[in-house]
Amino acid sequence: MNDARIKVFLVDDHRLFLSGVRSELGEEFEIVGAAGEPAVAAAEIVAAKPDVVLLDVHMPGGGGRAVLEAVHRDHPEIRFLALSVSDAAEDVIAVIRAGARGYVTKSISPNDLSAAIRRVNEGDAVFSPRLAGFVLDAFGGEVAEPVDEELDLLTQREREVMRLIARGYAYKEVAKRLHLSVKTIESHVSAVLRKLQLSSRHELTRWATERRLV
Amino acid sequence: MQTEKAAQQAGPRRDDPSPRGGFMNYGLFRSRDQRIVGGVAGGLGERFGIDPVLVRIAFALLSLSGLFGVVLYAVLWAAVPEAGNSTPAVLAPKTQRAVAMGMIVLGVMILLRPLGLWLGDAAASSLSLAALGAGVIWLTSPESRRERWSRNVAERMPDGPMETLGATDRVGKLRVWAGALFVAGGVLVFLQRTNALTAAPGIVLAVVATIGGLGIIFGPWGWRLLRQLTEERRERIRSEERADMAAHLHDSVLQTLALIQRTDQPKEMVALARNQERELRAWLNGTPTHRDQMLSGALEEAASAVELQFKVPIEVVTVGDAPMDENLQAVVEACREAAVNAAKHSGAAQISVYMEVEPHAVTTFIRDEGTGFDPSSVAPDRRGIAESIRGRMERSGGSVTITTEPGGGTEVQLTMARSK
Repeated sequence: MNDARIKVFLVDDHRLFLSGVRSELGEEFEIVGAAGEPAVAAAEIVAAKPDVVLLDVHMPGGGGRAVLEAVHRDHPEIRFLALSVSDAAEDVIAVIRAGARGYVTKSISPNDLSAAIRRVNEGDAVFSPRLAGFVLDAFGGEVAEPVDEELDLLTQREREVMRLIARGYAYKEVAKRLHLSVKTIESHVSAVLRKLQLSSRHELTRWATERRLV
Repeated sequence: MQTEKAAQQAGPRRDDPSPRGGFMNYGLFRSRDQRIVGGVAGGLGERFGIDPVLVRIAFALLSLSGLFGVVLYAVLWAAVPEAGNSTPAVLAPKTQRAVAMGMIVLGVMILLRPLGLWLGDAAASSLSLAALGAGVIWLTSPESRRERWSRNVAERMPDGPMETLGATDRVGKLRVWAGALFVAGGVLVFLQRTNALTAAPGIVLAVVATIGGLGIIFGPWGWRLLRQLTEERRERIRSEERADMAAHLHDSVLQTLALIQRTDQPKEMVALARNQERELRAWLNGTPTHRDQMLSGALEEAASAVELQFKVPIEVVTVGDAPMDENLQAVVEACREAAVNAAKHSGAAQISVYMEVEPHAVTTFIRDEGTGFDPSSVAPDRRGIAESIRGRMERSGGSVTITTEPGGGTEVQLTMARSK
């Protein structure tokens, strides 16, 4: 909101939801486009050059993940925030591993959604309590020898941050409780996201599929 | 009346674009509407404007004088093409048709008697009994099933005897001929041996050959019928499943949607919607039945019960899982109580529940951003926290920490060591 408004592109196959989000975000952000079909979404996103794409995960024809993969390879500067009704582990982990900067469910309040978009635009990651829970679960058990300790384990601090987010604390409150600055919390969160995306732990994907069987 | 109708139908029938052009272009077709046996009499009636019943009587009279009528009918049936698809081939009056068929069979059998082809009184009477039984079954079975039977039979009888028996290709024709040879051989041997009944093995051979032949001819037909029945059964199961699903969606989702449209209490609306969403999701994911025997399942169940009762959304996040035991049951109960307190007193819009299962302990946090309270000001006779949360946890060897201040929200932490 400083000099230029953040440009947002919406991808969702539910028209009702699209128009709802459009009217909620229209005042604060510049909606540069919207697409309902994954097949055309990728090209339209590249043409519209948004800062942030709000991406529905479950769509016919490949889903949000296909769009994300198509755009992300050549245009890493376009940031994706996944927005979905599903909070199933394998959906969440899959789009985060494919390159999304965050994952929020559609029940999120308009204010929280705006904050999440702003945060993603600034290069930070967005963790909902549930996503933080998934991360702790996925990195939690020391089941196998890590291949790359740098990537395959969370530091004690990162773990604390994730726990507080899972307990429902906002970044500001997390910072207060840990006696750290919000900037530090943000960098911890971004580090966790990077690990989530780059970690070679094959348990990460296996965990996601296994968890449904338990 | 019938004559008029037949005459009216005769007109357009001649214009039918039949590739075969009718019986030598005389405009004669076997009728599809006026049909009892093969539609020959009906067709003649339609062509010449005579009541088909009269034609039938004529055929019957001709048959009495040395089978001429039957032969004529057979020749016409073979030579005259069937009428075009003006109306679907409904095998009209069913009972009439069945009786006619029975009478024809009986007549043929009686005719065969003087020719020495009588099967013997025992065989004839058992055949008659079987026919009678079939007739009874036919007449007493529900209409829909009868239609299906006749459709099955009709589908198998498109044109001639070969096609009737499923001999639509070269192999099929070969099969029918082989079967027919078997039957003929069987009958021949049987006839030869009836005079010398002492040769028992020969009779057995004849019977086996006959049965084998019949099996080859009618086997595929029976097999197909069986397959059709299985298919129908499967279809019925499928449609039952669909009905089950529809009922489920109707009871839950549609009901909720209808309520949402009528209610003017957004809080209740949200709680209802959330609960239905959770139920539907569990149902769609086919959540395993033993899930409620796991800690995470029990916790989510408790949370959703509180949510539904107090109309406050509860966000549950669990990390790790463990099978339920007595101590964990105490944790779930205490957690439920803490959530009830938060929902009742805090005024918060949402409650967060976070549970982490570690090898040595289970830690649970129940947090709200509500009004908070001053723990020292709570009257000692208020048993909520003292008994149902702290007492319950401590009896099972756990501990409770409550962090709160007026205006600053509340967080209850439950810790329970895990029994190994």
